[in-house]
Amino acid sequence: MILHYKRAIQDILDHKFLNAVTIITIAISILIVSAFALFFVNASDIISSWQKGVRIMAYLRPNIPHADIGALKLKIQDFYGVQNVKFISKEEGLQMLKDQMKRQPSLFVDLKENPLPDAFAIRMIPTSKNREKIEGLTTRLEALPEINDVEYGHRWLARFTNIFNLFKLTGFALGGLFSVAAVFIVANTIRLVLYTRREELEIMRLVGAADSFIKAPFYIEGIIQGALGGTIGLAVLFVTFLIVSSNVQQSFALDFFTVRFLSIKVYGTIIFCSTCVGWLGCYLSLKQFLKS
Amino acid sequence: MIDTQSKNSIIQIFRVYKKYGGKHALTDVTLDIPKNDSLLISGPSGAGKTTLLKLLYLAEKVSAGQVLVDGMNLARISRKRIPFLRRKLGIIFQDYKLIPTKTVFDNVAIVLEAMGTKRRLIQKKVKSVLRTVGMEERINSFPPILSGGEQQRVAVARAVVGDPIIILADEPTGSLDSDSANIIIELLKKFHTRGTTLVIATHDKELLNKIGGRIVHLKQGCLQPSA
Repeated sequence: MILHYKRAIQDILDHKFLNAVTIITIAISILIVSAFALFFVNASDIISSWQKGVRIMAYLRPNIPHADIGALKLKIQDFYGVQNVKFISKEEGLQMLKDQMKRQPSLFVDLKENPLPDAFAIRMIPTSKNREKIEGLTTRLEALPEINDVEYGHRWLARFTNIFNLFKLTGFALGGLFSVAAVFIVANTIRLVLYTRREELEIMRLVGAADSFIKAPFYIEGIIQGALGGTIGLAVLFVTFLIVSSNVQQSFALDFFTVRFLSIKVYGTIIFCSTCVGWLGCYLSLKQFLKS
Repeated sequence: MIDTQSKNSIIQIFRVYKKYGGKHALTDVTLDIPKNDSLLISGPSGAGKTTLLKLLYLAEKVSAGQVLVDGMNLARISRKRIPFLRRKLGIIFQDYKLIPTKTVFDNVAIVLEAMGTKRRLIQKKVKSVLRTVGMEERINSFPPILSGGEQQRVAVARAVVGDPIIILADEPTGSLDSDSANIIIELLKKFHTRGTTLVIATHDKELLNKIGGRIVHLKQGCLQPSA
């Protein structure tokens, strides 16, 4: 095995330029794919942190007797997925609005009567905080005769999730495309090395070398190319992340969540995949070459 | 059918034909080579000598007929078994076929590496065989800076380092001066006396006379009856 490693490293040193081009290409592919992965990881975090804060506001029709409000509250409380229901009278609502808009008190000066309706603020249990369940509950609330309007404060979140999923799909497609390109580039590099060493490999065969003996250093070479390319790609991404993340955090004052880098698990998976890319490229060219 | 009674035979060639396109390179060749024999295949250029040797180390396959080498039927041998056949053979090529980017040591060691020999033993055996062929001094040299005679001696060392049971030599003295040719002849004789079967294709009459052994003539792909 040591012999194969030695031969593989010697091959890499003998064909420095070709190997450098391959490693850089793999690194660029990995960089793009992992940049997408990084975006998805953080976008998922944002979405889930937003989902955690989801609150449904159900506004009541005017003049609902106070006696009915208690029964209605209990009815809503029994709906599936509801954690708690809080009644907010229109007076409380106006006071909250005034508190929120302390800097513009002039807006309330000429207000002759309270324009706000009575409302219920509904929070959901954590397992029900997904788009489908929230929309299901909204529909049930809208069907109640006492309810005038239902506002799902993060309704736009649904649209964002759709766009995010589209991005995710594009990311997967691009990742796949770059991986295929990287496989073919590795295959071509190995093929070029094989052709430059054609005579040598033929001599090795004639003196009794088995195909596995000939192939082993090339596989090692492909694996080294893949692993190195993956590591370089991720290292570049990490440095870029360090520079960009602090700026993002400061500029957007994202206090509800922290921008984070890929987990060790994802990191390992990416390195493993890039190693497989190197191996696969090697396998394809060797299969074709040794057949001839 | 091959005569299975020839238990002493190490190579049996039975009614072998070899065609390249429409041209016959070998026609109805039958040969029986006993163990420890020294067989010289003579004939002019294009007679089919090299083709016959190529059939023995499976660089080519027969068009018809059968070849048995140390009990292995080459018509039925699987691709995976070919290296094992070649490890039984020591092949000397007219054009040496040394790897120019590897040192003399590495060129010889590659046979043992392919066989999976331990590194310590490789060092020992390669040095020993290079001493035998008189190339110990050039152990770290690269083939392109060696003379033709020296390159052929390295090729002989590579052919014998794996202790083959048969040496196949294709015009081993073909491009050498007489001094270098004599060294190669003496080396081949030495290995033959150690029990290795020799099969040599040559048109060099001096080699035929000096090395001794059975001589068969090939002419236009056909074996000629002995005179």
